[in-house]
Amino acid sequence: MGGLLLAAAGFKAPNLDYAALSPEIVLTGVLVFVLLIDLVVDETHKYLVTQLAGVGVLVSIIPVIALAVDGADRSMFGGAYVVDNFALVFKGLFLAIGYVVLLMSTRYIEEGDYYEGEYSFLLLSSILGMVVMSSARDLITIFVALELLSIPAYMLAGWRKRDLKSNEAALKYYLLGVLASAVMLYGMSLVFGATGSTVLSEIGRQVAGAVGDQPLVTLGIFLIVVGFAFKVSAVPFHFWAPDTYEGAPTPVTAFLSVASKTGGFVALMQLIFVGFFGREEVWGPLFWVLAALTMTVGNLVALRQTNIVRMLAYSSVAQAGYILVPFAVSGDSPAAAGTAQTAMIVYLIIYAAMNLGAFSIIMAVARKTRSGEIASYGGLFNYAPGLTVLMTVFMFSLAGIPPLGGWFAKLLIFQSALDAGTPTAVLLAVIAGVNSVIALFYYASIAKEMWMKPVPDEDRSPIGVPAPLAAALGLTALAVVVIGVYPQAVARLGDLAHLASR
Amino acid sequence: MYLNQFLLLAAFLFCVGVYGVLARKNGVLVLMSVELILNAVNVNLVAFGAFHNTVVGQVFALFVIAIAAAEVGVGLAIVLLIYRNKQSIDLSEVDLMKG
Repeated sequence: MGGLLLAAAGFKAPNLDYAALSPEIVLTGVLVFVLLIDLVVDETHKYLVTQLAGVGVLVSIIPVIALAVDGADRSMFGGAYVVDNFALVFKGLFLAIGYVVLLMSTRYIEEGDYYEGEYSFLLLSSILGMVVMSSARDLITIFVALELLSIPAYMLAGWRKRDLKSNEAALKYYLLGVLASAVMLYGMSLVFGATGSTVLSEIGRQVAGAVGDQPLVTLGIFLIVVGFAFKVSAVPFHFWAPDTYEGAPTPVTAFLSVASKTGGFVALMQLIFVGFFGREEVWGPLFWVLAALTMTVGNLVALRQTNIVRMLAYSSVAQAGYILVPFAVSGDSPAAAGTAQTAMIVYLIIYAAMNLGAFSIIMAVARKTRSGEIASYGGLFNYAPGLTVLMTVFMFSLAGIPPLGGWFAKLLIFQSALDAGTPTAVLLAVIAGVNSVIALFYYASIAKEMWMKPVPDEDRSPIGVPAPLAAALGLTALAVVVIGVYPQAVARLGDLAHLASR
Repeated sequence: MYLNQFLLLAAFLFCVGVYGVLARKNGVLVLMSVELILNAVNVNLVAFGAFHNTVVGQVFALFVIAIAAAEVGVGLAIVLLIYRNKQSIDLSEVDLMKG
């Protein structure tokens, strides 16, 4: 015992850069505060807790902006935790997504008579995990961040405790999520075994050298990519996604399909571009197959869905396929890696805006029709013209029609594939092009339903949209339209936020 | 030290675990199979850590143990929820929605 104390006295604490950690510190403070306030607020004023959480998320954006203005790259713990432009862009994006999801949830959770305070707390914990993930450049940090963002999400998916569908959603998400992270961990243990380090930059150095040729590294990279393919719901690891999205409460579905998926992509980008860039021949073909399968299967199955949430679930599977395209071609040349990163960052930002918007509309319409069937959208224009116009905007943006945000995102994806220029990359661009045409059918069918079909039960009473939901709609619609008209702004953001790949 | 023995043990545990997750129908046994995979990871990490003569492997293993405990806590809660609503933890009966 004495020896232990002696050793402890000699312990030198690592240098902590509190400025670099300030977004995480503020967010942690907010989520503890939210949990405490929830204890003392009585049942009728629980909405205050959600509002407090929303304000807290906005406050956490302030240090992110301050760090961005400062502009210096900060690195801690031997390069395990890095705050650079890439990290700051995604921290800002995750906090913005969190704010919009909190706006969407306010009335939904209250009216459903669910536990409101704990809901905000878990949502904030998950966002904290994503904010940490943006900076994680180390296998252990990535693993901890991944679990911090996933475990609260498992609980949120099953938030409607008495509803068997919600139970099933939570169970399927949990089992496949846990299996995926276990497989990913096994891959990480192999990569650690081959390189003797968990810091990605050190792994990157070694993988590019002689160590990279070991089969241990090949198997490790393969298992890690497969683990994250589950997280981002890439085909053939997508089976949980439609069921979980349908069964979970709608704001949680929006959160999972946008934030949790972006979290997976952020981790993948860091692993691939910082850690495994030297072994392009391992992950390049793997991503090529995943991207081609994910786009095609997602779009073809989405065509024959009759429930709008399931349709959007398969649409988000297909969108993940588009985001995988730049991964597949990024190893072909150093220039291709640059355009690929810009394309992915821009796509993730625009995808967040348009998908959250589409889910807000679904929530607004479901307040009246109590149904998720596409047929219940018949004649929506007759009694809710505003919602119809916005839904059309989001659907056409998802389909990639100018001048809405989605077209610019798709353009960059095609550009990254054509920049790479190899025959396989061009073939992938062709597959993506064919898929965009297929996708137009089901996105346009929603628009057709809303504008041209008769109202199913002749109930033309207007839809009351609560103020927070209207705010969420306004923010997302504004983002989609502004980015579509003035895309240089996000493109510049994407160019600035490159990871340094070796 | 022979590294291979530990790696073979871990690979065996990993395969048993994956088989268990895919084949078992009982919710609790599936959770135990996941634990098997995570323990395969731990064996790997500690063995590689000793091989490279670094403490990082053991630190990673401690993180895995702690977080696996939290994960299984949530998993058991979800299985319990399903038991309350259905009086069964047979996972093949949880099929209201078809992927």
